[in-house]
Amino acid sequence: MSKTSTNIMIVGVGGQGTLLASRILGNAVILAGHDVKVSEVHGMSQRGGSVVTYVKYGEAVHSPIIDKGEADIILAFERLEAYRALPWLKKGGKIIVNDQKINPMPVITGAMEYPEGIIEKLSEKADVTALDALSLAEKAGSIKAVNVVLIGVMAKNTDIEHDKWIETVKSTVPPKFLDINIKAFELGYNYNP
Amino acid sequence: MKKLLLGNAAVAQGAYEAGVHFVSSYPGTPSTEITECMAAYPANEVYVEWAPNEKVAAEAVVGAAIAGGRAMSCCKHVGLNVMADPIFTDSYIGVNGGAVFCVADDPGMHSSQNEQDSRHYARAAKMPMLEPSDSAECKEYTKLAFDLSEQFDTPVFIRLSTRVSHSQSLVEIGQRKNRDVKPYEKNIKKNVMMPANAIARHVVVEQRTDELKKYSETTALNTVENNGSKIGVITAGISYQYAKEALGGNVNYLKLGMVYPLPEKLLKDFAASCDEVYVIEELDPFIEDICRSLGIDVKGKECFTMLGEYTPSMIASAVLGKAPAEFDKPDEIVPARPPVLCPGCPHRGTFFVLKKLGLTVSGDIGCYTLGAVAPLASVDTTICMGASISAAHGMAKVRGREFNNKLVSVIGDSTFMHSGITALSDIVYNKGCNTIIILDNSITGMTGHQDNPTTGKTIRGEATKQVDLIKLCEALGVEHIAVADPFDVKNFEKVVKEEVARDDVSVIIAQRPCALLKTVKYTGHCEINTEKCRKCKLCMKLGCPAISVDGEGTVRIDKTQCNGCGLCVSVCPFGAIEKQD
Repeated sequence: MSKTSTNIMIVGVGGQGTLLASRILGNAVILAGHDVKVSEVHGMSQRGGSVVTYVKYGEAVHSPIIDKGEADIILAFERLEAYRALPWLKKGGKIIVNDQKINPMPVITGAMEYPEGIIEKLSEKADVTALDALSLAEKAGSIKAVNVVLIGVMAKNTDIEHDKWIETVKSTVPPKFLDINIKAFELGYNYNP
Repeated sequence: MKKLLLGNAAVAQGAYEAGVHFVSSYPGTPSTEITECMAAYPANEVYVEWAPNEKVAAEAVVGAAIAGGRAMSCCKHVGLNVMADPIFTDSYIGVNGGAVFCVADDPGMHSSQNEQDSRHYARAAKMPMLEPSDSAECKEYTKLAFDLSEQFDTPVFIRLSTRVSHSQSLVEIGQRKNRDVKPYEKNIKKNVMMPANAIARHVVVEQRTDELKKYSETTALNTVENNGSKIGVITAGISYQYAKEALGGNVNYLKLGMVYPLPEKLLKDFAASCDEVYVIEELDPFIEDICRSLGIDVKGKECFTMLGEYTPSMIASAVLGKAPAEFDKPDEIVPARPPVLCPGCPHRGTFFVLKKLGLTVSGDIGCYTLGAVAPLASVDTTICMGASISAAHGMAKVRGREFNNKLVSVIGDSTFMHSGITALSDIVYNKGCNTIIILDNSITGMTGHQDNPTTGKTIRGEATKQVDLIKLCEALGVEHIAVADPFDVKNFEKVVKEEVARDDVSVIIAQRPCALLKTVKYTGHCEINTEKCRKCKLCMKLGCPAISVDGEGTVRIDKTQCNGCGLCVSVCPFGAIEKQD
């Protein structure tokens, strides 16, 4: 299997803004001169279900999807989704997880329990950065900017330069929310666990 | 200039550059964005519309092409079933301006009710089919499809799959080549498909297929990549990208950009140059079967499944015997997170009542299919667009009045316009007594908010005439029509009880807009007053993602999920749920 690409998986719950996050990431890697493929899921799964986006970049990218055991980074917008995505993480890979809990329907109906201690369990197997991205987004001016906070944290873990990220945020988000999003990106980028 | 584009956006760009004049489609995941993107191009260059269904859209495209314009319609795989009637005959008529039908299959059923392989249509309708494998090819193949259509006097299929439609990759953006609409000439022998003329046209169709076969032998759409290996791989579309990643330079490739008709000599020559040949294609053994019919010894579905999507590691394992990458697993079973009705969804009120009344619910295609998910678990059947009404008609006729008095159909406004109207006329005409609930949420919801004939707006957002659902039902002969708000749970329950008991056909229009519409402004959130709450958990029966019960049995509302719609407030018998600003 060709190992030329960097593989990033963005996971979350439909409606959390994962699509915008993948757009910023995709545009940033183009600006940095890479080939890239971004694979999204639209339609029914967006209605509060698990959503997965694959972003792969490098010299030449063929498959738009990431296989199990092949993600360099998993960027998770929610705890349980990070846990679910674990099999896709490369051995020794990194998980960045927003420490938010959103109950799925089987938990709401009482058919199953939301697993306890997910962050601790993940930390035994992977390099985990867990953060309260909602609070940082609130600090930036809107809890809706949580996706950009998380992109900021992830950006720090790539070899793409800071100014390229800023340029991308500027060109991707609506001008009306630019200030909030720049603040959100910086709060994420400068986040120290 | 290169841009990162969805496969769907690249198809739109290709059609735009090819000088397309007319685009008509009905939305359907994963094809919807093609037509949405078309509407972003200037109105004076491209006419774009949402049609009420795929058949209407395809017929409009056939007409536009006969009239000399370049025309395109886009749909999902099951939409092609609806389109099939005009397309099969359009294959006989051919075109004047180029006609392209773009169909997006959904292997893995991310957002579909079946996993059909649309390539069979190309063979059955005797039309060429091109299949791109990434966004750059989406654009180039679409442009070429219009040229081929005019060159060979045939409508042309573009086949996509979810991973091509919904993956973004780099596309070189070009200029539009503006073209005049070609002259229209009356041609009864070619354009009027009655037996005498169609018999003659069928001869032309068979000749055309032979010509297209010759074309397929030499076109740059079909390429051989010789890596000096003894293993050969014949593949197309997204499977090519998976194979390329999995197998790299270890095999030779025959990549088929044109999946119908296939280049017989090229296939034979390629196979002869290898010791072992694999056909790698998701879903059905379409290429494989044709290879076998040509006497080519290939490996196909004995190595690869007919179910769902492929992955590179699956291919590396089957062809090279390579073990997949190692990975860690969670220590326990992770609860699934199926899609659910959104907080504030108007359908929640409807299904809460239908479940409470214990009715049999004949369902349809849309967000409200999720009324089948626990705890609402209200929907009994879902088949295809419009079937909620017609299937209920069949149920009622075989099971009789008692059953019918506990039976309702639920259908969205857009789905009713798509194919509910004819089904309702069947019930009225044939003396049925069914009750049909039209879930009027003022938009086509599931595919991401497209306008339709009931919304009063065109695809470009212009005001237009609006179908009046009440008058429409009256005109069909329905004498009992009630309009009710599904969030006024008490009244809604009363209306449903009255109408299902009636020994005549009746329609209930459940009217409340989709909570995701920008015009819908729910504010604040709801909270449980723990002193008043008696933990009866009736609110839990709503299946609202914002309401859950903790370990001690205390009901809680998640502020980040709740949009303050207030449905739970009206359901709580003890007034224990309070709206906060």
